[in-house]
Amino acid sequence: MKSLAELAAIRERMQSKVNIRENNASMRIVVGMATCGISAGARPVLNAFVEGVANAGLSNKATVSQTGCIGICQYEPVVEVYNGDEKVTYVNMTPEKVAKVIEDHIKNGKVVAEYTIGAATK
Amino acid sequence: MKELSLNILDIAKNSVKAGAANVIIKLEENEDDLKVIIADDGCGMPSEMVARVTDPFCTTRTTRKVGLGIPFYKLAAEQTGGRFEIVSKTKSYEGDTSGTTVTAVFKKKHIDCLPLGDVISTVSTLIQGSPEIDFVFSHEFDGKKVFLSTAEMRELLGDVPLNSPEVLMWIRDYLEEQYN
Repeated sequence: MKSLAELAAIRERMQSKVNIRENNASMRIVVGMATCGISAGARPVLNAFVEGVANAGLSNKATVSQTGCIGICQYEPVVEVYNGDEKVTYVNMTPEKVAKVIEDHIKNGKVVAEYTIGAATK
Repeated sequence: MKELSLNILDIAKNSVKAGAANVIIKLEENEDDLKVIIADDGCGMPSEMVARVTDPFCTTRTTRKVGLGIPFYKLAAEQTGGRFEIVSKTKSYEGDTSGTTVTAVFKKKHIDCLPLGDVISTVSTLIQGSPEIDFVFSHEFDGKKVFLSTAEMRELLGDVPLNSPEVLMWIRDYLEEQYN
């Protein structure tokens, strides 16, 4: 049975990791979550990133956040990955595609070209 | 939208945008009706704006001249023979209260009533996106009550953010257990 008391245990476990958390993650994964994104399937894409990044142990390397309408509604779900000055825009995302983006791009720094907006507009 | 939980996520995001500190999402079901109340203490809207928000050509977004969130939600309720209502108040003096409450009733047995869908994902997505806001989620059905309050969680978590992956997974499990 899950109880609120377990949160105190999470707190204790996390406190030992505080220093790790304070390291600034260098990559930002931003998921468009306005009406257009949500109706196109952004919610499961976001959750796949949240769980995938945590499960791959990449929480200190990349953060996952939400934003409003990016302006290219026809390509939703849209995900932007920022790394320093570089921005990569992934379009028509699905939870299945998320696994490859995490493995290739977030973990190994190799952009998944076939999922990017450049490939979609060719 | 394929499920009502996605509409609920979309409408609750307006509360986030309105700068709310507290957002209440309350679902009440009986045999015939599903009533969904989304209430916030955000900045509210003047009455002229309230009158226009169900118009698709009214929006706060800057990338398009259309806003479909509220029109979609209103349609989803009214196409079942249910109803939609929005009440909002701005501050009229320093220290006054403000906020918006959106209430929708869905007739569950109507053929055009969308399924509620994955409401747990909606709650965890809202908390992931706005860990600084306090959300109270409740869902009453079949004599059962599912409940989550982030303020209660915060007391035990101290400075651990609500959007830590461990906490988000706990939220999912905690709600799933209450539904089962």
